[in-house]
Amino acid sequence: MAEIIKSTKALAVNPLKVSQTVGASLAFLGLNRSLPLMHGSQGCTAFGKVFFVRHFREPIPLQTTAMDQVSSIMGADENIVEALATLSEKSRPDVIGLVTTGLAETQGADIHRAVKEFRAAHPEYDHVAVVPVHTPDFLGCLETGHALAVEAIIDTLVPEGANAGRRPKQVNILAASMLTPGDIESLKEWVEAFGLRPIVLPDIADSLDGHLIEAEFSSLTIGGTPRSEIAHMGESAATLVIGRSLDKAADKLKARTGVPDHRFSGLMGLEACDAFTRTLAEISGRPVPEKVERHRAQLQDAMVDSHFMLGFARLAIAADPDLLVMLGSFALGMGAEIVAAVSPVRSETLAELEIGSITIGDLEDLEHQARRHEAELVITNSHGVETARRLGLPLLRAGFPQYDLVGGYARAWVGYRGSRQALFDLANLLQAQHHDTEAYRSLYWQDSPRALEASGAAPHAGLVH
Amino acid sequence: MKASDIQALLDEPACHHNTKEKSGCARPKPGATAGGCSFDGAQIALLPIADVAHIVHGPIACAGSSWDNRGTRSSGPTLYRIGMTTDLSETDVVMGRSEKRLFHAIKQAIETYRPAAVFVYTTCVTALVGDDMEAVCKAASQRWGVPVIPIDAAGFYGTKNLGNRLAGEAMFKYVIGTAEPRPAPPHPAGIPTYDVNLIGEYNIAGEFWKVAPLFDELGLRILGTLSGDARFHEVQTLHRARVSMVVCAKALLNVARKLQENYGIPFFEGSFYGVKDTSQALRDFARMIGDPDLMARTEAVIAREEAKAHAALQPWRERLKGKRVLLYTGGVKSWSIVSALQDLGMTVVATGTKKSTEEDKARIRELMGEDARMIDDGSPKALLSTYKEYRADILIAGGRNLYTALKARIPFLDINQEREFGYAGYEGMQELAKQLALSIESPVWAAVRKPAPWAQQNAAGTVLVA
Repeated sequence: MAEIIKSTKALAVNPLKVSQTVGASLAFLGLNRSLPLMHGSQGCTAFGKVFFVRHFREPIPLQTTAMDQVSSIMGADENIVEALATLSEKSRPDVIGLVTTGLAETQGADIHRAVKEFRAAHPEYDHVAVVPVHTPDFLGCLETGHALAVEAIIDTLVPEGANAGRRPKQVNILAASMLTPGDIESLKEWVEAFGLRPIVLPDIADSLDGHLIEAEFSSLTIGGTPRSEIAHMGESAATLVIGRSLDKAADKLKARTGVPDHRFSGLMGLEACDAFTRTLAEISGRPVPEKVERHRAQLQDAMVDSHFMLGFARLAIAADPDLLVMLGSFALGMGAEIVAAVSPVRSETLAELEIGSITIGDLEDLEHQARRHEAELVITNSHGVETARRLGLPLLRAGFPQYDLVGGYARAWVGYRGSRQALFDLANLLQAQHHDTEAYRSLYWQDSPRALEASGAAPHAGLVH
Repeated sequence: MKASDIQALLDEPACHHNTKEKSGCARPKPGATAGGCSFDGAQIALLPIADVAHIVHGPIACAGSSWDNRGTRSSGPTLYRIGMTTDLSETDVVMGRSEKRLFHAIKQAIETYRPAAVFVYTTCVTALVGDDMEAVCKAASQRWGVPVIPIDAAGFYGTKNLGNRLAGEAMFKYVIGTAEPRPAPPHPAGIPTYDVNLIGEYNIAGEFWKVAPLFDELGLRILGTLSGDARFHEVQTLHRARVSMVVCAKALLNVARKLQENYGIPFFEGSFYGVKDTSQALRDFARMIGDPDLMARTEAVIAREEAKAHAALQPWRERLKGKRVLLYTGGVKSWSIVSALQDLGMTVVATGTKKSTEEDKARIRELMGEDARMIDDGSPKALLSTYKEYRADILIAGGRNLYTALKARIPFLDINQEREFGYAGYEGMQELAKQLALSIESPVWAAVRKPAPWAQQNAAGTVLVA
């Protein structure tokens, strides 16, 4: 169990942390015909939008209550009502995710009351679901904000009931923020291979996978979990929870619906994938399909092939807790060493990573530790480019944001195939770093033809023989 | 910051259009607002000062999703690319510990990175709880002997534009005039050196480096820039220039005006986008400095560079001639791009003017004719319908609209500060032409507009290619 060390710096340098507000917005971007509305100043939304646009290379629906100087001081609850009405009228969404910012929380906004006022003043928009969630940025990080939004979605949109198992082939998947659209896509295929029908909450694979649609423009998400499906999550045979950040959300779903759940901290590596596969076999009552067996065998092969490069490899990883634990455990399972591990916030799940210590800090902390402990490879988001450059190390990009990589969002890390690809990439990056032993030049070579070779005067000497 | 101070800033006497009773922007509409805040604007204006430690004072949101995301380039220090924030926690906010934390944060920044100066940016939360930034910065400055400058431009104060202006005010209040320039070394050609300022030039993608050699050649030393590839010391010496050029950005006009009022430095407005405008800018420098020899040399350089540029652009011009452009710009001024596109023989069918000032609009009318279509509604929907209505061939806009265009399967050129290509100067025009042709002529458009071979007839909204 890792010791958790909180960085004591007053100044965060090269932050790893992204706000809860942005994390919660991400969850709402995974619902169909939805849009997140940030209760804050217009800049909060502008920054959030650029952040997602650059990562996903997609237009991102995101609105603001546009708090200005007067409403910041005199109260901005009216802004919420006005924004909800405007959006309901203009965009006719199924769901609006009302997420708060540090400004609104410091001011003391009462978003629940504002939603009530909106309901009272505008019964004509009763069909628009509004999901309010408190996500101040002085707490948590992207992952926790995302989790809070998933909890709020369950609270607001999943009816209480006792119909668990009414749809025996239907399973719920609660997907943590560490899962990419590519991850969720491969997860769905995995589940479907057992004849099961997954409802993924939230499903960014359906909204942010990057696909051209016939319509040229939409002010709402163009995919994601439909509201009608969320309403039926209580009838599923089981819930699969991926990522410990969703533990509370899972508790809520179970309490509301009685659907039994199975929780996984990550789905990378043979053991984690096998646990998931076995669960699917149990839920479906079907044997493991041949295709899945084949993928498993391919991963096994990649493991033996790449263990030469990954064994003893010294990795430095910085990511939100779920992702850090998943990647870290995966690497440890290959015989690698984690010499630097940084998370932006504390989380119970960090205890699962079996290494000496984890620092709660930023990319500067990662850089220092990586240097001190002679790391050989860095895994973090695109901000790590400069970090890795200064360290002279290769970088594998993971997490948010990935703005300098086309298709980073589409990459699947989880599952047998995702794990295999991660092994290939890690092995190749490490192998490219491999330095040959420096040639030894004997003192007896002076005045011999070999002395000339040393001077570099005959660079192609080796080819001339 | 007091509301009255903000009102005073919105009232910029150097803006010719400033004759109305109520100046400034309308209140942003909840649920229907796009664009950045004052903090964003202040960062855009000052972050390019490369040897400064830029500390964002607030909880994580402001810095966390925005640090190191600008296209500005430095020829030396990279300190400006290091993201720094006090990353306030709930306890800091609730218990009133944010000032103390800031003080220690400044210390840490100075000790670890030895910056030429520290800029501290207020954010919404620290403005709301009423942190006395000025006092903290002053105390820190005295304690560690490094200038620590408060930039009071919290997001809720207003728009990006206002943030630019607040940043300019801070420079004027705390930085400009606090040091004297180093003497210029003698010019190798034996010609006299004149010191000039550039205000509102951000060296996006290093584009100013395409123009800078001409300044050297003419004996124009860039004393200081606000703020592309700038150093703190240079900004301190802006008050010693012979003339300032306000580059494309009205928002920092206040700095130029104050330099004129307080130090008698004349200024002119210009742009480095397009052959004509680049020549005009060089000409204006020479004219305002008033040295006949410099004027003659400038004309010679212009003649040489224009001839070179015309020859280089000729093949592009033939390809781009008559192509129709829909322009919707944010940070970069519409009129300067219009002129550049006209240089290429393209037709600008409509242009966005949401952030343009009245004067910018007058300039656009001058360039595009009285019936120039100006678009205030920058929503994706409005842009796309204008695009169709005017049968445009390409949309030129900021990064935010990039995927609006691509989703609609239309060519696009990114003109904002996150872009990766430099378009300034004579040489920049070639890059601009190349990027325009690259998107307009791309074979992907026809391919993605074609329905799948097995699809039923022509689906709505798609174009069947014969």
